[in-house]
Amino acid sequence: MEEESSTPKLKKGLAQMLKGGVIMDVVTPEQAVVAEKAGAVAVMALERVPADIRAHGGVARMSDPKMIKGIMEAVSIPVMAKVRIGHFAEAQVLQAIGVDYIDESEVLTPADSEFHVEKREFDVPFVCGARNLGEALRRIDEGASMIRTKGEAGTGNIVEAVRHMRAISRELEVLEEERPADAAKRMRVPEGLVLKTIGQKRVPVVNFAAGGIATPADASLCMQLGCDGVFVGSGIFKSSGPEKMARAIVEAVAHFNDAEKIAGVSEGLGEAMRGLEISEIPEEQRLSERGV
Amino acid sequence: MNIGVLALQGAVSEHISCLKGAMEKLGIAENISLVREKEELGGLDGLIIPGGESTTHSLLLEKEGMVEGLGKIPKIFGTCAGAILISREIIGQANGQKSLGLIDMAISRNGYGRQLDSFQSPIESSLGKLDGVFIRAPVIERVGEKVEVLAEHRGKPVAVQQGKHVATTFHPELSGSTAFHEHFLRIDR
Repeated sequence: MEEESSTPKLKKGLAQMLKGGVIMDVVTPEQAVVAEKAGAVAVMALERVPADIRAHGGVARMSDPKMIKGIMEAVSIPVMAKVRIGHFAEAQVLQAIGVDYIDESEVLTPADSEFHVEKREFDVPFVCGARNLGEALRRIDEGASMIRTKGEAGTGNIVEAVRHMRAISRELEVLEEERPADAAKRMRVPEGLVLKTIGQKRVPVVNFAAGGIATPADASLCMQLGCDGVFVGSGIFKSSGPEKMARAIVEAVAHFNDAEKIAGVSEGLGEAMRGLEISEIPEEQRLSERGV
Repeated sequence: MNIGVLALQGAVSEHISCLKGAMEKLGIAENISLVREKEELGGLDGLIIPGGESTTHSLLLEKEGMVEGLGKIPKIFGTCAGAILISREIIGQANGQKSLGLIDMAISRNGYGRQLDSFQSPIESSLGKLDGVFIRAPVIERVGEKVEVLAEHRGKPVAVQQGKHVATTFHPELSGSTAFHEHFLRIDR
Protein backbone atom coordinates (compact mmCIF):
# COMPACT_ATOMS: atom_id res chain seq x y z
CA MET A 1 0.00 0.00 0.00
CA GLU A 2 1.51 3.31 -1.03
CA GLU A 3 -0.92 5.54 0.82
CA GLU A 4 0.29 9.04 1.61
CA SER A 5 -1.25 11.79 3.72
CA SER A 6 -0.61 15.54 4.09
CA THR A 7 0.88 15.84 0.57
CA PRO A 8 0.94 19.28 -1.12
CA LYS A 9 -1.86 18.04 -3.41
CA LEU A 10 -4.08 17.19 -0.42
CA LYS A 11 -3.30 20.46 1.35
CA LYS A 12 -3.98 22.62 -1.71
CA GLY A 13 -6.83 20.34 -2.71
CA LEU A 14 -8.95 21.12 0.35
CA ALA A 15 -8.73 24.83 -0.54
CA GLN A 16 -9.81 23.96 -4.10
CA MET A 17 -12.95 22.35 -2.65
CA LEU A 18 -13.76 25.59 -0.80
CA LYS A 19 -13.77 27.74 -3.96
CA GLY A 20 -16.91 29.71 -4.63
CA GLY A 21 -17.71 29.54 -0.94
CA VAL A 22 -17.88 31.63 2.22
CA ILE A 23 -15.75 30.94 5.31
CA MET A 24 -17.29 32.51 8.39
CA ASP A 25 -15.76 33.60 11.72
CA VAL A 26 -17.60 32.04 14.68
CA VAL A 27 -16.98 32.32 18.41
CA THR A 28 -19.36 29.64 19.77
CA PRO A 29 -20.66 26.21 18.65
CA GLU A 30 -24.11 27.83 18.28
CA GLN A 31 -22.74 30.38 15.80
CA ALA A 32 -20.94 27.58 13.95
CA VAL A 33 -24.26 25.76 13.49
CA VAL A 34 -25.87 28.97 12.20
CA ALA A 35 -22.99 29.32 9.71
CA GLU A 36 -23.26 25.71 8.54
CA LYS A 37 -27.03 25.96 8.10
CA ALA A 38 -26.57 29.16 6.11
CA GLY A 39 -24.28 27.32 3.67
CA ALA A 40 -20.78 28.26 4.87
CA VAL A 41 -18.09 26.00 3.33
CA ALA A 42 -15.98 26.23 6.49
CA VAL A 43 -15.82 28.14 9.76
CA MET A 44 -12.98 29.98 11.46
CA ALA A 45 -13.12 29.24 15.20
CA LEU A 46 -11.89 32.08 17.39
CA GLU A 47 -12.58 33.66 20.77
CA ARG A 48 -13.32 37.15 19.47
CA VAL A 49 -14.14 38.40 15.99
CA PRO A 50 -11.63 40.97 14.68
CA ALA A 51 -13.92 43.94 15.49
CA ASP A 52 -13.90 42.86 19.16
CA ILE A 53 -10.14 42.21 19.10
CA ARG A 54 -9.74 45.85 18.01
CA ALA A 55 -12.09 47.09 20.72
CA HIS A 56 -10.55 44.88 23.41
CA GLY A 57 -6.92 45.82 22.76
CA GLY A 58 -4.06 43.96 24.47
CA VAL A 59 -2.35 40.87 23.07
CA ALA A 60 -4.54 38.66 20.87
CA ARG A 61 -3.54 34.97 20.97
CA MET A 62 -4.63 31.55 19.71
CA SER A 63 -8.07 30.57 21.09
CA ASP A 64 -8.74 28.08 23.88
CA PRO A 65 -8.40 24.54 22.41
CA LYS A 66 -11.52 23.50 24.32
CA MET A 67 -13.55 26.15 22.55
CA ILE A 68 -12.13 25.13 19.14
CA LYS A 69 -12.88 21.45 19.87
CA GLY A 70 -16.45 22.38 20.81
CA ILE A 71 -16.88 23.95 17.38
CA MET A 72 -15.27 20.95 15.64
CA GLU A 73 -17.85 18.71 17.33
CA ALA A 74 -20.77 20.98 16.48
CA VAL A 75 -20.42 21.04 12.68
CA SER A 76 -19.58 18.69 9.79
CA ILE A 77 -17.83 21.32 7.63
CA PRO A 78 -14.07 22.06 7.87
CA VAL A 79 -12.91 24.06 10.91
CA MET A 80 -10.03 26.53 10.70
CA ALA A 81 -8.32 28.36 13.55
CA LYS A 82 -5.78 31.16 13.86
CA VAL A 83 -2.22 31.32 15.18
CA ARG A 84 -0.03 34.36 15.69
CA ILE A 85 2.47 35.09 12.90
CA GLY A 86 5.60 33.01 13.53
CA HIS A 87 4.14 31.18 16.56
CA PHE A 88 4.96 27.62 15.56
CA ALA A 89 4.13 26.28 19.02
CA GLU A 90 0.54 27.53 18.73
CA ALA A 91 0.45 25.86 15.30
CA GLN A 92 1.67 22.60 16.88
CA VAL A 93 -1.21 22.83 19.38
CA LEU A 94 -3.79 23.33 16.63
CA GLN A 95 -2.32 20.40 14.70
CA ALA A 96 -2.50 18.26 17.85
CA ILE A 97 -6.23 18.94 18.22
CA GLY A 98 -6.71 18.23 14.50
CA VAL A 99 -8.13 21.42 12.98
CA ASP A 100 -8.55 21.23 9.20
CA TYR A 101 -6.69 24.45 8.31
CA ILE A 102 -4.49 26.90 10.21
CA ASP A 103 -4.65 30.65 9.50
CA GLU A 104 -1.33 32.32 10.33
CA SER A 105 -3.01 35.62 10.90
CA GLU A 106 -2.10 39.28 11.27
CA VAL A 107 -5.40 39.67 13.18
CA LEU A 108 -3.61 38.19 16.21
CA THR A 109 -0.59 39.91 17.74
CA PRO A 110 2.56 38.77 15.88
CA ALA A 111 4.90 36.51 17.86
CA ASP A 112 7.94 36.82 15.62
CA SER A 113 8.95 40.06 13.94
CA GLU A 114 11.35 38.28 11.57
CA PHE A 115 10.02 34.87 10.59
CA HIS A 116 6.72 33.26 9.67
CA VAL A 117 5.98 29.65 10.61
CA GLU A 118 7.85 27.08 8.47
CA LYS A 119 4.59 25.71 7.18
CA ARG A 120 6.04 22.83 5.14
CA GLU A 121 6.95 21.07 8.38
CA PHE A 122 3.28 20.74 9.31
CA ASP A 123 0.72 18.14 8.26
CA VAL A 124 -2.18 20.58 8.59
CA PRO A 125 -2.41 23.03 5.65
CA PHE A 126 -2.02 26.78 6.18
CA VAL A 127 -3.69 29.89 4.81
CA CYS A 128 -1.89 33.25 5.04
CA GLY A 129 -2.75 36.87 4.33
CA ALA A 130 -1.10 39.02 1.64
CA ARG A 131 -1.31 42.61 0.43
CA ASN A 132 0.63 42.10 -2.79
CA LEU A 133 2.13 39.41 -5.00
CA GLY A 134 5.49 39.38 -3.22
CA GLU A 135 3.85 38.67 0.14
CA ALA A 136 1.66 35.97 -1.43
CA LEU A 137 4.60 34.21 -3.06
CA ARG A 138 6.78 34.44 0.07
CA ARG A 139 4.02 32.77 2.07
CA ILE A 140 3.60 30.06 -0.59
CA ASP A 141 7.36 29.51 -0.57
CA GLU A 142 7.14 28.97 3.21
CA GLY A 143 4.48 26.34 2.53
CA ALA A 144 1.12 28.15 2.58
CA SER A 145 -1.46 26.11 0.63
CA MET A 146 -3.97 28.94 0.33
CA ILE A 147 -3.75 32.75 0.27
CA ARG A 148 -6.22 35.45 1.27
CA THR A 149 -6.01 39.21 1.00
CA LYS A 150 -5.34 40.87 4.32
CA GLY A 151 -7.81 43.68 3.84
CA GLU A 152 -8.22 45.53 7.13
CA ALA A 153 -9.93 43.04 9.45
CA GLY A 154 -12.64 44.11 11.85
CA THR A 155 -13.45 47.36 10.04
CA GLY A 156 -16.39 46.37 7.83
CA ASN A 157 -14.60 48.52 5.28
CA ILE A 158 -13.82 46.81 1.97
CA VAL A 159 -11.37 49.40 0.68
CA GLU A 160 -8.18 47.64 1.82
CA ALA A 161 -9.22 44.21 0.48
CA VAL A 162 -9.94 45.84 -2.88
CA ARG A 163 -6.57 47.59 -2.79
CA HIS A 164 -4.82 44.25 -2.15
CA MET A 165 -6.71 42.40 -4.87
CA ARG A 166 -6.02 45.12 -7.41
CA ALA A 167 -2.34 45.22 -6.42
CA ILE A 168 -2.01 41.47 -7.03
CA SER A 169 -3.84 41.65 -10.40
CA ARG A 170 -1.71 44.58 -11.55
CA GLU A 171 1.51 42.85 -10.53
CA LEU A 172 0.46 39.64 -12.33
CA GLU A 173 -0.20 41.62 -15.51
CA VAL A 174 3.28 43.12 -15.66
CA LEU A 175 5.19 40.12 -14.28
CA GLU A 176 6.05 38.83 -17.74
CA GLU A 177 7.76 42.09 -18.66
CA GLU A 178 10.42 41.57 -16.00
CA ARG A 179 13.23 39.00 -16.18
CA PRO A 180 12.06 36.11 -13.94
CA ALA A 181 15.38 36.14 -12.09
CA ASP A 182 14.99 39.85 -11.31
CA ALA A 183 11.38 39.41 -10.18
CA ALA A 184 12.45 36.50 -7.96
CA LYS A 185 15.19 38.61 -6.36
CA ARG A 186 12.88 41.59 -5.86
CA MET A 187 10.17 39.47 -4.22
CA ARG A 188 12.70 37.26 -2.37
CA VAL A 189 11.35 33.96 -3.70
CA PRO A 190 12.81 31.17 -5.87
CA GLU A 191 12.74 31.75 -9.62
CA GLY A 192 10.81 28.51 -10.13
CA LEU A 193 7.87 29.95 -8.20
CA VAL A 194 7.90 33.08 -10.36
CA LEU A 195 7.90 30.95 -13.52
CA LYS A 196 5.01 28.88 -12.17
CA THR A 197 3.06 32.07 -11.43
CA ILE A 198 3.70 33.43 -14.93
CA GLY A 199 2.64 30.09 -16.43
CA GLN A 200 -0.66 30.02 -14.52
CA LYS A 201 -1.23 33.79 -14.85
CA ARG A 202 -2.52 33.80 -11.25
CA VAL A 203 -1.47 33.27 -7.64
CA PRO A 204 -0.56 29.57 -7.90
CA VAL A 205 -2.84 28.47 -5.02
CA VAL A 206 -6.48 29.23 -4.18
CA ASN A 207 -6.83 32.93 -3.35
CA PHE A 208 -9.71 34.24 -1.22
CA ALA A 209 -10.68 37.79 -0.28
CA ALA A 210 -10.77 38.76 3.39
CA GLY A 211 -10.87 41.80 5.62
CA GLY A 212 -13.84 44.18 5.67
CA ILE A 213 -16.52 42.21 3.80
CA ALA A 214 -19.86 43.26 5.34
CA THR A 215 -22.60 42.93 2.68
CA PRO A 216 -23.63 40.63 -0.22
CA ALA A 217 -22.50 43.35 -2.67
CA ASP A 218 -19.06 43.48 -0.98
CA ALA A 219 -18.76 39.72 -1.58
CA SER A 220 -19.83 40.08 -5.21
CA LEU A 221 -17.30 42.89 -5.72
CA CYS A 222 -14.46 40.66 -4.49
CA MET A 223 -15.59 37.74 -6.67
CA GLN A 224 -15.87 39.98 -9.73
CA LEU A 225 -12.34 41.24 -9.05
CA GLY A 226 -11.21 37.64 -9.49
CA CYS A 227 -10.89 36.06 -6.05
CA ASP A 228 -11.88 32.40 -5.55
CA GLY A 229 -14.13 32.89 -2.50
CA VAL A 230 -14.47 35.04 0.62
CA PHE A 231 -13.81 35.04 4.34
CA VAL A 232 -16.32 37.03 6.39
CA GLY A 233 -15.12 37.88 9.86
CA SER A 234 -17.07 40.38 11.89
CA GLY A 235 -19.51 41.08 9.02
CA ILE A 236 -21.99 38.34 9.92
CA PHE A 237 -22.28 38.14 13.68
CA LYS A 238 -21.86 41.92 14.10
CA SER A 239 -24.85 42.58 11.81
CA SER A 240 -28.37 42.97 13.21
CA GLY A 241 -29.60 39.71 11.55
CA PRO A 242 -26.72 37.21 11.35
CA GLU A 243 -28.72 34.26 9.93
CA LYS A 244 -30.16 36.27 7.09
CA MET A 245 -26.88 38.05 6.40
CA ALA A 246 -24.98 34.73 6.32
CA ARG A 247 -27.39 33.18 3.80
CA ALA A 248 -27.40 36.32 1.69
CA ILE A 249 -23.59 36.41 1.43
CA VAL A 250 -23.48 32.69 0.54
CA GLU A 251 -25.93 33.29 -2.30
CA ALA A 252 -24.15 36.44 -3.41
CA VAL A 253 -20.89 34.49 -3.81
CA ALA A 254 -22.54 31.62 -5.71
CA HIS A 255 -24.28 34.06 -8.07
CA PHE A 256 -21.73 36.88 -7.95
CA ASN A 257 -22.35 37.92 -11.56
CA ASP A 258 -26.14 38.10 -11.24
CA ALA A 259 -27.06 41.59 -10.02
CA GLU A 260 -30.78 40.79 -9.85
CA LYS A 261 -30.14 37.91 -7.46
CA ILE A 262 -27.84 40.06 -5.35
CA ALA A 263 -30.48 42.76 -5.25
CA GLY A 264 -32.98 40.14 -4.08
CA VAL A 265 -30.82 38.80 -1.24
CA SER A 266 -29.80 42.32 -0.16
CA GLU A 267 -33.41 43.31 0.64
CA GLY A 268 -34.37 43.80 4.27
CA LEU A 269 -31.13 42.53 5.80
CA GLY A 270 -31.29 45.07 8.61
CA GLU A 271 -28.14 46.85 9.63
CA ALA A 272 -24.73 45.71 8.43
CA MET A 273 -21.92 46.06 10.97
CA ARG A 274 -21.23 49.68 11.73
CA GLY A 275 -17.70 49.83 10.34
CA LEU A 276 -14.64 52.01 10.59
CA GLU A 277 -13.04 54.55 8.29
CA ILE A 278 -9.42 53.44 7.72
CA SER A 279 -7.94 56.93 8.22
CA GLU A 280 -9.44 56.97 11.72
CA ILE A 281 -7.31 53.97 12.72
CA PRO A 282 -3.90 54.99 14.11
CA GLU A 283 -1.18 53.54 11.92
CA GLU A 284 0.21 51.28 14.65
CA GLN A 285 -3.23 49.66 14.96
CA ARG A 286 -3.49 48.76 11.26
CA LEU A 287 -3.36 44.98 11.09
CA SER A 288 -2.41 44.63 7.43
CA GLU A 289 1.06 46.09 8.06
CA ARG A 290 1.92 43.09 10.21
CA GLY A 291 4.01 40.19 8.86
CA VAL A 292 5.06 41.26 5.37
CA MET B 1 -23.85 16.75 -26.63
CA ASN B 2 -24.33 19.47 -24.01
CA ILE B 3 -22.33 18.79 -20.86
CA GLY B 4 -22.85 21.05 -17.86
CA VAL B 5 -20.72 21.53 -14.75
CA LEU B 6 -22.65 22.59 -11.66
CA ALA B 7 -20.91 25.85 -10.76
CA LEU B 8 -22.54 26.94 -7.51
CA GLN B 9 -19.47 26.04 -5.42
CA GLY B 10 -16.37 23.83 -5.44
CA ALA B 11 -13.72 22.53 -7.84
CA VAL B 12 -15.38 23.73 -11.04
CA SER B 13 -12.43 24.86 -13.18
CA GLU B 14 -10.59 21.58 -12.49
CA HIS B 15 -13.47 19.56 -14.00
CA ILE B 16 -13.64 21.85 -17.02
CA SER B 17 -9.91 21.33 -17.71
CA CYS B 18 -10.41 17.57 -17.38
CA LEU B 19 -13.42 17.58 -19.69
CA LYS B 20 -11.45 19.48 -22.31
CA GLY B 21 -8.53 17.07 -21.95
CA ALA B 22 -10.87 14.07 -22.24
CA MET B 23 -12.55 15.49 -25.34
CA GLU B 24 -9.20 16.05 -26.98
CA LYS B 25 -8.22 12.45 -26.30
CA LEU B 26 -11.51 11.16 -27.70
CA GLY B 27 -11.28 13.51 -30.68
CA ILE B 28 -14.67 15.07 -29.95
CA ALA B 29 -15.79 18.64 -29.26
CA GLU B 30 -18.92 18.88 -27.14
CA ASN B 31 -20.44 21.99 -25.66
CA ILE B 32 -19.45 22.67 -22.01
CA SER B 33 -21.55 25.05 -19.91
CA LEU B 34 -21.50 26.36 -16.34
CA VAL B 35 -24.78 25.68 -14.54
CA ARG B 36 -26.02 27.93 -11.74
CA GLU B 37 -29.77 28.22 -12.40
CA LYS B 38 -32.79 26.02 -12.99
CA GLU B 39 -33.19 27.32 -16.56
CA GLU B 40 -29.66 26.19 -17.41
CA LEU B 41 -30.53 22.54 -16.67
CA GLY B 42 -32.81 22.31 -19.71
CA GLY B 43 -31.18 20.77 -22.79
CA LEU B 44 -28.30 19.18 -20.87
CA ASP B 45 -27.28 15.66 -21.89
CA GLY B 46 -25.03 15.28 -18.87
CA LEU B 47 -23.95 17.11 -15.74
CA ILE B 48 -20.90 16.95 -13.49
CA ILE B 49 -21.46 17.74 -9.80
CA PRO B 50 -18.02 18.69 -8.47
CA GLY B 51 -16.44 18.31 -5.07
CA GLY B 52 -17.07 21.05 -2.54
CA GLU B 53 -19.18 21.14 0.60
CA SER B 54 -22.29 19.04 0.09
CA THR B 55 -24.23 21.02 2.74
CA THR B 56 -23.58 24.23 0.75
CA HIS B 57 -24.57 22.53 -2.51
CA SER B 58 -27.80 21.17 -1.01
CA LEU B 59 -28.81 24.55 0.31
CA LEU B 60 -28.13 26.43 -2.92
CA LEU B 61 -29.80 23.75 -5.08
CA GLU B 62 -32.95 23.93 -2.98
CA LYS B 63 -32.94 27.72 -2.98
CA GLU B 64 -32.69 27.72 -6.77
CA GLY B 65 -35.42 25.11 -7.10
CA MET B 66 -33.03 22.87 -9.05
CA VAL B 67 -33.54 19.57 -7.22
CA GLU B 68 -36.37 18.26 -9.41
CA GLY B 69 -34.63 19.29 -12.63
CA LEU B 70 -31.46 17.44 -11.65
CA GLY B 71 -33.39 14.19 -11.42
CA LYS B 72 -34.34 14.49 -15.11
CA ILE B 73 -30.81 14.83 -16.49
CA PRO B 74 -29.89 11.74 -18.56
CA LYS B 75 -26.50 11.21 -16.92
CA ILE B 76 -24.76 12.70 -13.89
CA PHE B 77 -21.16 12.29 -12.71
CA GLY B 78 -20.74 13.20 -9.03
CA THR B 79 -17.34 13.46 -7.35
CA CYS B 80 -16.95 13.56 -3.54
CA ALA B 81 -19.68 16.04 -2.48
CA GLY B 82 -21.33 15.28 -5.84
CA ALA B 83 -21.36 11.56 -4.98
CA ILE B 84 -23.11 12.36 -1.69
CA LEU B 85 -25.77 14.39 -3.51
CA ILE B 86 -26.69 11.63 -5.99
CA SER B 87 -26.74 8.79 -3.43
CA ARG B 88 -29.92 7.17 -2.13
CA GLU B 89 -29.08 7.52 1.54
CA ILE B 90 -26.78 9.86 3.46
CA ILE B 91 -25.73 8.22 6.74
CA GLY B 92 -25.48 10.70 9.63
CA GLN B 93 -26.83 13.53 7.51
CA ALA B 94 -26.56 17.13 8.68
CA ASN B 95 -29.69 19.23 9.06
CA GLY B 96 -32.00 16.84 7.22
CA GLN B 97 -29.85 17.08 4.10
CA LYS B 98 -31.61 15.45 1.13
CA SER B 99 -30.04 13.47 -1.70
CA LEU B 100 -31.25 12.74 -5.23
CA GLY B 101 -31.33 8.94 -4.99
CA LEU B 102 -29.88 8.36 -8.46
CA ILE B 103 -27.45 5.68 -7.30
CA ASP B 104 -28.60 3.00 -4.87
CA MET B 105 -25.93 3.45 -2.22
CA ALA B 106 -25.64 4.51 1.41
CA ILE B 107 -22.81 6.97 1.94
CA SER B 108 -21.35 8.55 5.07
CA ARG B 109 -19.94 12.07 4.94
CA ASN B 110 -16.31 12.57 6.02
CA GLY B 111 -16.20 8.81 6.48
CA TYR B 112 -12.40 8.66 6.83
CA GLY B 113 -12.24 11.60 9.25
CA ARG B 114 -10.90 15.14 9.07
CA GLN B 115 -8.28 16.78 6.81
CA LEU B 116 -5.40 15.05 8.64
CA ASP B 117 -6.99 11.73 7.56
CA SER B 118 -7.16 12.80 3.91
CA PHE B 119 -4.94 10.62 1.73
CA GLN B 120 -3.60 9.85 -1.73
CA SER B 121 -3.33 6.29 -2.95
CA PRO B 122 -2.97 4.46 -6.26
CA ILE B 123 -6.36 3.04 -7.25
CA GLU B 124 -6.96 0.03 -9.51
CA SER B 125 -10.20 0.70 -11.33
CA SER B 126 -11.93 -0.97 -14.25
CA LEU B 127 -10.85 2.14 -16.17
CA GLY B 128 -7.18 1.60 -15.33
CA LYS B 129 -4.80 2.64 -12.58
CA LEU B 130 -4.93 6.20 -11.31
CA ASP B 131 -3.90 8.44 -8.44
CA GLY B 132 -6.81 8.46 -5.98
CA VAL B 133 -7.05 11.80 -4.16
CA PHE B 134 -9.33 11.50 -1.10
CA ILE B 135 -10.01 14.83 0.65
CA ARG B 136 -12.29 14.62 3.69
CA ALA B 137 -13.89 12.02 1.49
CA PRO B 138 -17.19 10.20 2.06
CA VAL B 139 -17.32 6.40 2.41
CA ILE B 140 -19.77 4.25 0.45
CA GLU B 141 -20.97 1.80 3.10
CA ARG B 142 -23.48 -0.24 1.03
CA VAL B 143 -24.52 -0.50 -2.60
CA GLY B 144 -27.64 -2.05 -4.15
CA GLU B 145 -27.69 -4.95 -6.65
CA LYS B 146 -27.94 -2.72 -9.70
CA VAL B 147 -24.81 -0.79 -8.82
CA GLU B 148 -21.61 -1.69 -10.66
CA VAL B 149 -18.44 -1.13 -8.62
CA LEU B 150 -15.69 0.41 -10.80
CA ALA B 151 -13.05 0.62 -8.07
CA GLU B 152 -12.54 -0.36 -4.43
CA HIS B 153 -10.15 0.81 -1.76
CA ARG B 154 -9.77 -0.41 1.86
CA GLY B 155 -12.51 -2.91 1.02
CA LYS B 156 -15.12 -0.25 0.18
CA PRO B 157 -16.38 0.91 -3.22
CA VAL B 158 -14.83 4.26 -4.23
CA ALA B 159 -16.12 4.47 -7.80
CA VAL B 160 -19.57 3.19 -8.82
CA GLN B 161 -22.03 3.34 -11.70
CA GLN B 162 -25.74 2.68 -11.91
CA GLY B 163 -27.21 2.97 -15.38
CA LYS B 164 -25.76 6.14 -16.81
CA HIS B 165 -24.88 7.79 -13.50
CA VAL B 166 -21.32 7.64 -12.16
CA ALA B 167 -19.94 8.57 -8.73
CA THR B 168 -16.46 8.63 -7.19
CA THR B 169 -15.60 9.41 -3.58
CA PHE B 170 -12.13 10.59 -4.69
CA HIS B 171 -11.25 13.46 -7.04
CA PRO B 172 -10.46 12.25 -10.57
CA GLU B 173 -10.21 15.94 -11.56
CA LEU B 174 -7.06 16.18 -9.39
CA SER B 175 -5.57 12.84 -10.46
CA GLY B 176 -3.86 13.93 -13.67
CA SER B 177 -5.86 11.25 -15.52
CA THR B 178 -8.89 11.91 -17.73
CA ALA B 179 -10.04 8.27 -17.74
CA PHE B 180 -13.22 8.90 -15.72
CA HIS B 181 -14.16 11.96 -17.74
CA GLU B 182 -13.62 10.03 -20.99
CA HIS B 183 -15.79 7.22 -19.63
CA PHE B 184 -18.54 9.67 -18.65
CA LEU B 185 -18.46 11.34 -22.08
CA ARG B 186 -18.71 7.95 -23.85
CA ILE B 187 -21.86 6.91 -21.99
CA ASP B 188 -24.83 7.18 -24.38
CA ARG B 189 -22.71 8.34 -27.28
